[in-house]
Amino acid sequence: MQIYKSTIVLLLGFGLVSCGGGGSGSGRATPVVAPPVQMSEFQITVTNLTNAQPLSPVALIAHDGTQRIFSLGEAATIGLEELAEGGDNTTLLAEGDANGAFQTSSSGGPVGPSESTQMTVAVTEAARASLHFSIATMLVNTNDAFTAANATDVSGLGIGGSMTLRLIAYDAGTEADSEAAGSIPGPAVGGEGFNVDRDDEADRVSMHPGVLSAMDGLATSVLSDQHRFDNPVVQVSITRVN
Amino acid sequence: MFIKRYSLVLSALMIASMSHAADFTVRVTNLTNGIYFTPLLVAAHADDARVFTSGQAASASLQAMAEGGDIAGLVADLTGLNATLAENPAGGLLAPTENTTANLNTDGTNNVRLSVVAMLLPTNDAFLGLNAITIPTDAGTYTYNVNAYDAGTEANDEIVNGGGAPGVLGIPAAPGGSGTGGTGAAGPDNNTTVHIHRNTLGDTDPVGGVSDLDARVHRWLNPVARVTVTVN
Repeated sequence: MQIYKSTIVLLLGFGLVSCGGGGSGSGRATPVVAPPVQMSEFQITVTNLTNAQPLSPVALIAHDGTQRIFSLGEAATIGLEELAEGGDNTTLLAEGDANGAFQTSSSGGPVGPSESTQMTVAVTEAARASLHFSIATMLVNTNDAFTAANATDVSGLGIGGSMTLRLIAYDAGTEADSEAAGSIPGPAVGGEGFNVDRDDEADRVSMHPGVLSAMDGLATSVLSDQHRFDNPVVQVSITRVN
Repeated sequence: MFIKRYSLVLSALMIASMSHAADFTVRVTNLTNGIYFTPLLVAAHADDARVFTSGQAASASLQAMAEGGDIAGLVADLTGLNATLAENPAGGLLAPTENTTANLNTDGTNNVRLSVVAMLLPTNDAFLGLNAITIPTDAGTYTYNVNAYDAGTEANDEIVNGGGAPGVLGIPAAPGGSGTGGTGAAGPDNNTTVHIHRNTLGDTDPVGGVSDLDARVHRWLNPVARVTVTVN
């Protein structure tokens, strides 16, 4: 290490000489400063495409591709259940950290219909070479619907490059889709969010079948026709800015 | 600085090369069970042009297309941007499961992106939207699934009353037939910008109920159309 540093000083010295600069202090020894680590930066824009389903604060996990936030047909983690039933991403992000994520982030707040939120990821070049993004957010006027990107590979994006994802709605499978008063945390109802009980017929993640609403025959539903949705529910634009 | 200038030159070269292999066909297929497409507008346009943007209010021209199937305003807007257009390739309505093909040649232009729009009938302001995909330059066949959007400009009351002019409530026509006597399915959209359509509601009462649409016939799930681009 000592030899390596001397070599750098030596090279710097030659450089100054060859420049032929006339500064009075040009002969002074230059302190060696480690070059700053060049970070790769990504900007992520999440847009709500629905008519009347606000999104809970968006969870973003940047990782090396070895972790998943869910697997279709398998039971949701407790972190995903808390996000999908109550819109709280704290535990899901902690699970990402525990699994060795490069970075975990939450958007500032909920994202209403037609609104967008921007998030930033900055990782080292070594991390960039295997970089994957997982993104999850709840459709809050539902019992346990969420939308997600599950380990999308962004390692191939060059600087200035971008990609667009259109995300579909999943059912966490952890709460019955009763649409009943008191069971939905969103502004349409303002009811209960997370409950540890798993009272869905099947305790597994699937595509969401859509909400019914009272107008479509579910008499006990507190949702209206406005809350229905079709896929995709969210658009994600990812741009590598550095 | 050198790197920056080099990349600019590179971008210019890429754009230049795009304007060469630019003879292609666009086939549009109606994937739905009971929805008709009004006259299609197939547009090759510049990199920075957009017919619509999710989360932003519809333009007056987009509103006219989405509420009444009138593409004249969009044609004028895009012609002003030197777009390459194919207007109404089906020569009228495109029925469920039918397809139509348009030929475009963008030689000598900077029209590197493709958009396709048409209103869905019978709806208040639903439209299919392929939004500014990059036109492939290598010879071959490329397929795109196209979603249904809500222009956000009209309440989805689902009453067939001939109302097709911008700002006039109601559905202009139901080519495959519909019910009557609906009392009105919904008030103004919660989201008044362009967004993914939540699908029609309909009902099963042909002479009453909330909607003139038939829930068994007039619903869909995305995608509603398929666009196949063949680069010659």
